[in-house]
Amino acid sequence: MIAYILRRLLYAIPILIGVNVVTFGLFFLVNTPDDMARMQLGVKRVTPEAIAGWKQERGYDKPLLYNDKAAGSARLTDTIFFEKSLRMFVFDFGRADDGRDIAREIRLRMGPSLAVALPSFIVGLLIYITCALAFAFFRASYVDFWGVVACVIAMSVSSMFYIIGGQYLIGKLWHLVPISGYTGGPDAWRFIVLPAAVGVISSFGASTRMYRTFFLEEISKDYVRTARAKGLAESAVLFRHVLKNAMIPILTGVVVAIPFLFIGGLITESFFGIPGLGSYTIDAINSQDFVVVRSMVFIGSLLYIAGLLLTDISYTLVDPRVRLS
Amino acid sequence: MPFQTVILWTDCLIYLLVAVVAATVVYVRGREHLLAPWRRVGHSASGMVGLTVLLLFVAVGLLDSLHYRPRLPASAPAATVAGPPVAKVVYAAEVRSALDALLAPLRARGEKTYSAPLATQLFAMETVERADGTQARDFPRLKYGGAQLKDPAGDWAASVARGLLGGAAAGAVAWFLLALCIAAVAAQRSGLSIRVAWDAIWRGDTATPWRAVLLVLLLLCTLAGATAALAINYHVLGTDKVGQDVLYLTLKSIRTALVIGTLTTLVMLPFALAMGIAAGYFGGWVDDVIQYLYTTLNSIPGVLLIAASVLMMQVFIDRHAELFPTAAQRADVRLLVLCLILGITSWTGLCRLLRGEALKLKELEYIQAAHAFGVRHHRVISRHILPNVMHIVLISVVMEFSGLVLAEAVLSYVGVGVDPSMNSFGTMINNARLEMAREPMVWWSLAAAFVFMVTLVLAANLFADAVRDAFDPRVRTGAALRLRAKALTRAAAA
Repeated sequence: MIAYILRRLLYAIPILIGVNVVTFGLFFLVNTPDDMARMQLGVKRVTPEAIAGWKQERGYDKPLLYNDKAAGSARLTDTIFFEKSLRMFVFDFGRADDGRDIAREIRLRMGPSLAVALPSFIVGLLIYITCALAFAFFRASYVDFWGVVACVIAMSVSSMFYIIGGQYLIGKLWHLVPISGYTGGPDAWRFIVLPAAVGVISSFGASTRMYRTFFLEEISKDYVRTARAKGLAESAVLFRHVLKNAMIPILTGVVVAIPFLFIGGLITESFFGIPGLGSYTIDAINSQDFVVVRSMVFIGSLLYIAGLLLTDISYTLVDPRVRLS
Repeated sequence: MPFQTVILWTDCLIYLLVAVVAATVVYVRGREHLLAPWRRVGHSASGMVGLTVLLLFVAVGLLDSLHYRPRLPASAPAATVAGPPVAKVVYAAEVRSALDALLAPLRARGEKTYSAPLATQLFAMETVERADGTQARDFPRLKYGGAQLKDPAGDWAASVARGLLGGAAAGAVAWFLLALCIAAVAAQRSGLSIRVAWDAIWRGDTATPWRAVLLVLLLLCTLAGATAALAINYHVLGTDKVGQDVLYLTLKSIRTALVIGTLTTLVMLPFALAMGIAAGYFGGWVDDVIQYLYTTLNSIPGVLLIAASVLMMQVFIDRHAELFPTAAQRADVRLLVLCLILGITSWTGLCRLLRGEALKLKELEYIQAAHAFGVRHHRVISRHILPNVMHIVLISVVMEFSGLVLAEAVLSYVGVGVDPSMNSFGTMINNARLEMAREPMVWWSLAAAFVFMVTLVLAANLFADAVRDAFDPRVRTGAALRLRAKALTRAAAA
């Protein structure tokens, strides 16, 4: 097991380097630092001095890949690629345009993101699985039919409408909880309830329908027929056999998402004004803070790889047929 | 010529797509084994209803893809030093489409600012000058909305009701003629009289679910008729902040949604096909390289990759402004790039599926036999593998569509979607969102975007499900079982 995890971690390194190269190409080769400087300082009437100052302030005044002015190993290390891209491997992201340390911001903002995303994730999962199981139990009946119709309609609505609708109904019309904002401490739940509920509702349609297909696929298998032939009650078949076996395909989609709970929902956070990583990213995109966007790309791919690893490990826990080797 | 045709990049690709679809239709028509799954799609009621609605959207989108620049009225010919003055032909800088020409009244009749649907007054109070010279705070009359009414308070209801009923009646008449045509065609096909065919349709006894299609068409025709009749005198869906007609904006947004939904898959398809089949078929180091490539791309969160790329693209466009003479061209290039980038983030799923399928196919006897006969690799791939993975391609193309339409709205909100000057559902929602705090609320742009988007995505979802059920061999057994169960219950009930 440990050997397997170690090997997977080693396998992650080339992928992370690949991600790094892609982002490096995107941010420094497609457009040179000069272009970025010009864009941030305003396109017109920019003096070369201002550009040079902007670049020096941020450490972009070095060669991209190879510094032939330096000596020894500094030829490779005193470059933009090393300073800006490879440094990310030790979580040294540098400073954002407003001068704050990005690594510290990320640590601070993880909490609120998690506080909103985790309840939404857990409650959502419970609701989706319950409903899907109910549809599967009442399969080929009106409950199932109209349930699926509701799911298809629900998944055709853009998530933004759920957010806007939730804010309008609950926040503005009924004044139950604040429309947006966040605070730490015991009062935080008032700010968490609405975004978490909206999160649950907005992915209800797609998830429930998908889980229902998993259950139905499992129900049509031979061992279920055997269980029924033995005289087991339908509920016992569903809960003891089908639910357990359908957990395997469900896990595939679910576990991979766990690490992303740290990032939280980009849109949800920015709509509800939650100071998490999602709104941090959106703000960075809007203010064209390239350093922050680049750091978040790196963090995101790190979390994705962690999610894949977690998925594989969770397989061994739920499915004795899977052996990691 | 009174106009100069303009072909935008996305227009080009749309025409290409239409040509591909037409060629496919011609190709499939003569081949029974290819026609069979399509026939199953044609027999699915929800699928056909979805297709009907989709076709309507596509028609609007295609009309909006014929672009031109109108000629400006000849200005005073510049007096040249020598020779007679030459009238120079000048075309407007603004690019318009056939849809704009059709909706010219809607486009031209701009108000000052917000007005509610079917309103005769502006939404906000203003200081107006009375006839006797005094000033008062009041809701000013609209320039165009309900301008024909002498006494808006008294005549409004009757005028709207007249428009509504008259338009709906005209729509219903048009629908009836259409239904007769369909019945006539059905009668021709089956060799029955029109009367018998008509009865069969309304009993639901036709293989193609014409009854469901006709009911949806009835709904659409009456709605369209009523809207058109009302639109002559009113702003049916109100006006937005700068007084543009919301109905016009919504109709213009359809093209953007369709372009994102279809062109994205079109541009990524060659990649996904080539890479997926190559990885599965050749194996070895080719497989390793391609797998590494898509794992890497996959591990970058989609939204972030799109955001980063669009930001970079914006810098590029700003820097090379001279390449794009009109604003429409600039917006169009941004739309195309957005499609490309969305394609890059979404090709990995299809690629993985194709790799798995090619891996399975290459072990089958007929491919082994082809190898034994000495058939070359490219022949094996193009003759034996490609036709056998096409169902996967088709399913994923139709399944992706609705997701992409929804993604556009989100991306536009984040600020990395289409150009802010381009009409799209995303920009509509984004602009309307800012007005949420107003009291009373400006709800109509949001409602319009909501209704049109849900209709489009729902239709696409229904159609996609029908296509998947018809083409996916795994699902087919389930569908067949369901059909048999249905037949059994029917027999039991009889």
